[in-house]
Amino acid sequence: MSTETRPAEAAGRTLPPVDTAPLKRRRRQAAWVQAACIAVTLFMALPIVLIGLSAISSRDALAEFPKPFLPSEYSFETLLAFFEATGTIPALGNSVLVGVYTVFWSLVVGAPAGYALARHAFRGKNSYQVFILLVRALPIVVLSVPLATMFLRLDVYDTVFAVTLVHTTLALPTTVLITASIFVAVPTDLEEAAQVFGCTRWQAARKVVVPLALPGLAASSIFTFVLSWNEILGATVVTLSHRTLPAQVLTALDEASTAYRFAGGFALILPALVFIAVMRRYLVNMWGTTLR
Amino acid sequence: MAEVVLRDLVKTYAGATVRATDEVSLEVADGEFMVLLGPSGCGKTTLLRMVAGLELPDSGQIVIGDQDVTYLEPRRRNLSMVFQSYAVFPNKNVAENIGFGLRVRGTPAAEVRRKVEWAADLLQLSPYLDRYPAKLSGGQRQRVAVARAIVMDADVLLMDEPLSNLDALLRLSFRAELKKLVGELGTTTLYVTHDQVEALSLGDRVAVMREGRIAQCDAPTAVYDDPANEFVGGFLGSPPMNFLTGTVERDGSKLDLGGQSLAVPHALSTFAGRTLKLGVRPEAIEVAGGDGALQGELQVLEPLGSSALLTTEICGQPVKVQAPPTFRAEPGGSLSLRIPPEACRWYDPETSLLLEVR
Repeated sequence: MSTETRPAEAAGRTLPPVDTAPLKRRRRQAAWVQAACIAVTLFMALPIVLIGLSAISSRDALAEFPKPFLPSEYSFETLLAFFEATGTIPALGNSVLVGVYTVFWSLVVGAPAGYALARHAFRGKNSYQVFILLVRALPIVVLSVPLATMFLRLDVYDTVFAVTLVHTTLALPTTVLITASIFVAVPTDLEEAAQVFGCTRWQAARKVVVPLALPGLAASSIFTFVLSWNEILGATVVTLSHRTLPAQVLTALDEASTAYRFAGGFALILPALVFIAVMRRYLVNMWGTTLR
Repeated sequence: MAEVVLRDLVKTYAGATVRATDEVSLEVADGEFMVLLGPSGCGKTTLLRMVAGLELPDSGQIVIGDQDVTYLEPRRRNLSMVFQSYAVFPNKNVAENIGFGLRVRGTPAAEVRRKVEWAADLLQLSPYLDRYPAKLSGGQRQRVAVARAIVMDADVLLMDEPLSNLDALLRLSFRAELKKLVGELGTTTLYVTHDQVEALSLGDRVAVMREGRIAQCDAPTAVYDDPANEFVGGFLGSPPMNFLTGTVERDGSKLDLGGQSLAVPHALSTFAGRTLKLGVRPEAIEVAGGDGALQGELQVLEPLGSSALLTTEICGQPVKVQAPPTFRAEPGGSLSLRIPPEACRWYDPETSLLLEVR
């Protein structure tokens, strides 16, 4: 650069003024992106905040009109009432159990299938991948009545086990496809190296592949847990007295007060958020490497 | 320590019509450093992976140290390997990486620590034992991969293009280190590369492969000086061997290159009246020689620092010549080139095989 400018200066050449228009354009674009980010965040977060605030408002504050953004009076009365209501605590327990079991079983059954899809070429692989999604094509409404009949006959109706079965089935297609793409990202070389250095295939998978796939597996399990947590229809049909929380709230919603609804809504959001927060630890890079 | 014997190994990959290795037989002596050299797709990596047990042959046999291992799992073959991509475990730190194989085998912790320290010391990795591979440079990762392979006390050490991902300078320095290291260990080594300089510099013997077969297997100097066929001559050397085609004259004493001629050894007088190919290395041709010189037209002169590379044409046939670095001439002019008889290699144009003249 310096060798170029020097002769120009020596010749007394005047350079054109610095054009700042592109810079301004860039800044304007950045400002738009910022605004869009804020808008989307508000759109996602505001309902959660409002429900949360309403849930901890007192009954009187809730009835106020016009409603201030921040409630005039805080109270855990309604929330406590919600949790003290018959069936809430057992339903919460059922929901957590079903969620955890579903995550467990869908990984136990789905991850090996995903691994096979990622590592092996076999006849009908593509059709298998499409076919596996067909499970989701059948509406739960259609499935649930025959399922209920079958569960009654097998004597598992109205149990956590029955709901787990339904949810695991629903979660499996996505678990298989997500884990397949995770295992594809783990280099085959590493597995072969482990085998050369004394591991069986199973040991190689456990010591090398699974630790590297952990972030992806965590993402997949968040997806599964939230799916199970939010699933209502199947859970309502195959249970009667052992409801999951969403099913319980849905059934109780009709005769409930406004306060109960807000408290119920908040209680439904909270555990899913906690689960995501816990799993997030495994999502971000663990050894200074980002997942390829 | 053990010798490796490969017999008639055939492998065809699923969906492929061509054999990846076509009845390859090779014997590697105990403690020998054998290099498999060839262009990409010649089957050298397939061969190595079959020895490692990562691929199974369709037919043939692999014996390591008097034990048949043809279909044995990799972990039971007592070998270790350095991968092209290093395949260093990103979730384990350097010490854990190096000691991985020993720990899987169930070696006592103290013994593992002692060996890891020994290997780390040997490869100058001691300051990095606690680091994770993401924090290491390419050269350091390469060292970890080598350290992990040598702590195993394996019968056979396999290396799959271990230097190909390093930059040129690092490759040069690590090549010498590797040679020293393997020489001290004395382990039987199979080394795959497509880099001819690496092959010539490292190997006790070099097996040049082409299209799934071994074209020539001999000591580096023999492979370089007496290429068994045109392919080997054209693959080894930078620039590679020159080939000139001509017709042997009626009396069988001279080769007519198309206007100029060259003496032909007596042993080849049977070729009288037929075409013959002459192979000659660029560095063997002398510029401005006296007797029996050929006239060539200089087309390009490339000063390379240590030498000057001339692209010339003799009777319309391109010939590369390596001249001293101080050599200067104008392109377009005529040069007198002498091809010493002892540097001439003769090839049958039909079979492209080396003809014996001694």
